[in-house]
Amino acid sequence: MKVKDLAGKLNYECLVSEGDENEILDGYTSDLLSDVMGNAPEDSVLITIQAHKNTVAVASLAGITVLLICNNRPAPDDMLAAAADEGISVYRTKDSQFTASWKVHELI
Amino acid sequence: MQSIPFNTDNSPSVILELIFRLKIKNVMTRNVRTACKQCSMREIQKIMKEERITGVPITEGSRLCGIVSMEDVLNTMDEGLIEDDAHKHMTRNVIVLEEDMPLSFAINYMDKYHYGRFPVLNMNKELVGIITSRDIVNHLLLEMNKEMTRLEEMIPKADSVESGSQEMNFICHRYDFENAGKASTEIKKALKKRGIDRKIIRRIAVASYELEINIVVHSEGGGMTFVIHPDSVKIIAGDRGPGIADVEDAMTEGFSTANDWIRSLGFGAGMGLPNVKRVSDEFQIESTPGEGTTVTAVIFTNPPQSETVPEE
Repeated sequence: MKVKDLAGKLNYECLVSEGDENEILDGYTSDLLSDVMGNAPEDSVLITIQAHKNTVAVASLAGITVLLICNNRPAPDDMLAAAADEGISVYRTKDSQFTASWKVHELI
Repeated sequence: MQSIPFNTDNSPSVILELIFRLKIKNVMTRNVRTACKQCSMREIQKIMKEERITGVPITEGSRLCGIVSMEDVLNTMDEGLIEDDAHKHMTRNVIVLEEDMPLSFAINYMDKYHYGRFPVLNMNKELVGIITSRDIVNHLLLEMNKEMTRLEEMIPKADSVESGSQEMNFICHRYDFENAGKASTEIKKALKKRGIDRKIIRRIAVASYELEINIVVHSEGGGMTFVIHPDSVKIIAGDRGPGIADVEDAMTEGFSTANDWIRSLGFGAGMGLPNVKRVSDEFQIESTPGEGTTVTAVIFTNPPQSETVPEE
């Protein structure tokens, strides 16, 4: 499904919408960026609490098109600017990674 | 006359593979319009006109008894026998095909018997479809189209301006998380331009990013060099120290010397070097404590060569 369709159903806060037209085929939940790099499937939504610029770099290199920041963690401006540059959407929720994961899993 | 100008013995292997892989049941028309033995030839002529077909199988239940062709209808018209029952004029010795036969059989039959259509039976000798030269031609064109698209994607983009060898260099500073990933992003863009397979680019990006982060996190500073050849990418990550005390330890998944701050950023889990080795076709690490570390990773960009590498 498309990023925007998933986001619409979950009603999560949209911080960057540049990747909203991308297709999501899978998901990956991890706060360990090396783990994301090595194991996250392409075209995934990444569910994480790592909200900084390097998350965007990892996502971009691993072919991830949307980030979902959990526990309402603050997302710095340089992170959001980098995401917009790379065409990656960023959403935020007060849900934990666990809760967000099963909600996303149910939809894709 | 050969109705389908295909040689089923020595056509290009792509075509041969296609006509053996496709089964008659994939190509035939399933909803066959049939008539019973007692139908008049005139009724059959009406069916042909309505359905715009040139042959009608005559059945009893699901069993095939014969077939009436346009020619049979014309002959009865000529002789004034158009009101006769179909079974008096149908062709009884019908040549049939079976649904599980490869398509090549149908092509050979068309060639051998000069009929425009063949009824298709299943294992229980029941009529399940009919195959015409038109069905075959349509399907072959569709399949060849798919095949050509696939082959075209495999051809390296010859018109790419940057198809020769190329070298790219980047400097990495200690704890410069701001710019970490820049080299990897640049190399990814350059490879994309060359039309390299997405999966291979990802492997190169993974290797490159891990090595880049290693320099930023663990070293006094260093640099990344990428040598892009037409069939491979070589990544050389070198730093000015402090060097690795035990390379074997560093290559063990989970082993890490990273501090808590680095870990809080999501790095330093001891997965970096093992990740690099896993996605590379060739991997080499040399380190001298007090001097520095150089990691060299090579990834082949020609799909046939990289197929031997386990999938990530």
